[in-house]
Amino acid sequence: MTDLKTAATSPLSTVLGALNTFRSRHASWIPVFAAVLILVVMFGFAQWWFGNFLSLRLISALLLDNAYLLILAVGMTFVILTGGIDLSVGSVMAFTGILCASLVSQGVPAGVAVPLMIAAGAAIGLLIGVLVHYFDVQPFIASLVGMFLARGLAFLVSLRSIKVEDEWILALQSTRFKFGDFYITPTGIIALVVVVVGVLLLQFTRFGRTIYAIGGNEQSARLMGLPVVRTKILAYVISGVCAGLAGLVLTAYQGSGYPLNGSGAELDTIAAVVIGGTLLTGGSGYVIGSMIGVFVYGTIAILINFLGAEQSWKRIIVGGLLLVFVVVQRVIVTRSSRRT
Amino acid sequence: MDSAVPPLVEVSGATVRFGAETALSSVDFRMFPGEVHSLMGENGAGKSTLIKALTGALPLDAGEVRLNGVPVRFRSPHDAQQAGIRTVYQEIDLLPNLSVAENIMLGREPRRFGAIDWKRVRSEATVALADLGLDIDPASQLGTHSLAVQQLVAIARALSTEVKVLVLDEPTSSLDLDEVAELFRVIRELKQRGVAILFVSHFLDQVYEICDRITVLRSGSLVGEYKIQELLRIDLVQKMLGRSPGEIATRAPAAPTEKKSQTVLSGAGLTVRPGIANATIELVEGEVLGLAGLLGSGRTELARALTAVDRLDGGTLLVTATGGSPRTPREAIFHRVVYSPENRRTDGIIDRLSVEENIGLALQAQYGVFRRIPRARMRELAASWVEALGIRPADLSRPAGQLSGGNQQKVMLARLLALAPRVLVLDEPTRGIDVGAKVDVQNLVGELADSGLSVVFISAELEEVLRVGHRVAILRDGAIVDTLPSDGLTVDSLLALVAKPDENAE
Repeated sequence: MTDLKTAATSPLSTVLGALNTFRSRHASWIPVFAAVLILVVMFGFAQWWFGNFLSLRLISALLLDNAYLLILAVGMTFVILTGGIDLSVGSVMAFTGILCASLVSQGVPAGVAVPLMIAAGAAIGLLIGVLVHYFDVQPFIASLVGMFLARGLAFLVSLRSIKVEDEWILALQSTRFKFGDFYITPTGIIALVVVVVGVLLLQFTRFGRTIYAIGGNEQSARLMGLPVVRTKILAYVISGVCAGLAGLVLTAYQGSGYPLNGSGAELDTIAAVVIGGTLLTGGSGYVIGSMIGVFVYGTIAILINFLGAEQSWKRIIVGGLLLVFVVVQRVIVTRSSRRT
Repeated sequence: MDSAVPPLVEVSGATVRFGAETALSSVDFRMFPGEVHSLMGENGAGKSTLIKALTGALPLDAGEVRLNGVPVRFRSPHDAQQAGIRTVYQEIDLLPNLSVAENIMLGREPRRFGAIDWKRVRSEATVALADLGLDIDPASQLGTHSLAVQQLVAIARALSTEVKVLVLDEPTSSLDLDEVAELFRVIRELKQRGVAILFVSHFLDQVYEICDRITVLRSGSLVGEYKIQELLRIDLVQKMLGRSPGEIATRAPAAPTEKKSQTVLSGAGLTVRPGIANATIELVEGEVLGLAGLLGSGRTELARALTAVDRLDGGTLLVTATGGSPRTPREAIFHRVVYSPENRRTDGIIDRLSVEENIGLALQAQYGVFRRIPRARMRELAASWVEALGIRPADLSRPAGQLSGGNQQKVMLARLLALAPRVLVLDEPTRGIDVGAKVDVQNLVGELADSGLSVVFISAELEEVLRVGHRVAILRDGAIVDTLPSDGLTVDSLLALVAKPDENAE
């Protein structure tokens, strides 16, 4: 408390005071800035190394190739903010994708198939949420159940890849809106809309703030009279809906559904969210950060392509980055708890 | 007060059972508008249970709650809040990861076009804080503030709505004198507005200063309801404990005999940035050294430095008897210097382990994983400590988290005493525990010193420091400014010594 008093009076410390104010207000943005910094450094390095790396086309490719991952990451951010985890997203994406492909190939119109696949994602999310809350199952285990269930359902729909010929769905990927060199497809737009909706939900609704509150301390949130049960379950439903949407986007992107799609995607998603500065313990993080995390992830993949190195390096680098981020988060958390 | 005014809250026949145990049996309780009511009782008397039942955190097994004469049934804290019953719990239950403003406004943020209007959130929070005389940045993260400020923010949250009944459970345990005065000013203002306030505190002074009416509980049953003017302190304590006054009085500390006065632990120029700078301390065999200082004077930091919990940035720590200078808590324990931390809930007791396991923890850790203490011996050891310290309930297999604060503190002490320490550093061992347990702990400290142990005793209550300590070390801004025998000091003179620099500064 004395800090505050002295900081306000001395003119010499105005700069320091401003810095302190920033730190006391926005400490949780610091990991996001770190992710931005990493992105900038990677861009800078590639530009210097290759000379012609940075271009609007690259930005477009970065967004469109990772649209599905971006959508998954937004949903995952909600769940991780509550202190949970959702391992089912990759399988749910595969299941809804193959369900969609199968339905449209049997002549079901896209206008029916798409709502159905999103509902399927939501239902699996609901199941996980109910398991977590009412049966007090660890989120890790509950979402593992969801993961196996969704993968099994995907195989039940079809064991082989199903080609999509529905023009509406294919148009999601083939329609290109061009702005000079920059172009975007409806799948990219969907991903960006999901990001915007995610930001608005988390920052400007009571539901969103309750998500943060639960991640901060569930018991306190309950004693404060916040609707903990509803919010927590809804977080998993949102993640399921996002996985359903990601299934649509991936199906459009690949022009087919495949039951083995997205194995390991849940881990990529978690990696992107953590690199984007969301604390795995919950309560701190941003959708924008997760978006940056996805871009960092995508840029690593592109860079490795450009360098002509083995793809296995992608995983090693992502692993290394994750390690750094988790350790940095730990340090931030322990330092802030020591200050009080 | 005049009995013509009907009670605002009336609880009758309240009964709460946890399994076979009855935590609250058929208790009647009432609160009047514009009155401050205190609920008194030892730990385990059922105070917390009654509060929880009143605020919807626990269901009643029998009995009913009437608000304004209408029977109500709260299924959740949310229901009670809707009805105008707001609670500030003893352990701060806010969210450190969110801003101060959000913590105040969470759940009823003003909205515009369906979106939270952050500007108004902050301005309304600023008003709520200003009502409490608190001038902090509402946009700053709560976790960056001290416990005292967090406590005031919790109160600001409770007050920022239309409140009819305000429940304050140990609201002053982390506040300093000025902050308490500010809180009392607010409480008096609320009284004027006709709010019924339940003020639970183990500080008798504060209870007598602010309260109008007292309800005493003992072992889950009602002892009686009294007006404060009609109940002498000594009678109150007697009613709470169910013992005669003679048994309650603490024994005076016997001065350490001359031949024993041999240094056991000395620290010279101890520096741990940013808490303490160049503190010098000497601890003699068989003495209780009280540490007195204001919040932020470095009490806890010094305790942690003395027990090698924190690494020294400068100075030397010497355990004279063994000639060692411990650098880690493990080494300190090897030299038989042990520490009981201030925050027993997060740093001490392990909630889910049983009482037995909690007591045996340190001893087993010292033995190492390959020399497991036989279960029977561990049980015997734990049982003997439970009996010696009067830990209640005397159930070795109960998870320690279910014990009351005072009993948890005793479990902590048992864990340390099992190590057969030479030096015991107790950081706020009596904070948040009731009079009975407090007296027990104080007496225990005296007995331990008589048997040759050296104790460093830290407490925010100067009276207690004086009562328990043979000598008192006065801590200001991270350095020991003086060490005086407690005989020659009074609470007032000690307060003057402790508070000196503040007067110069302001």
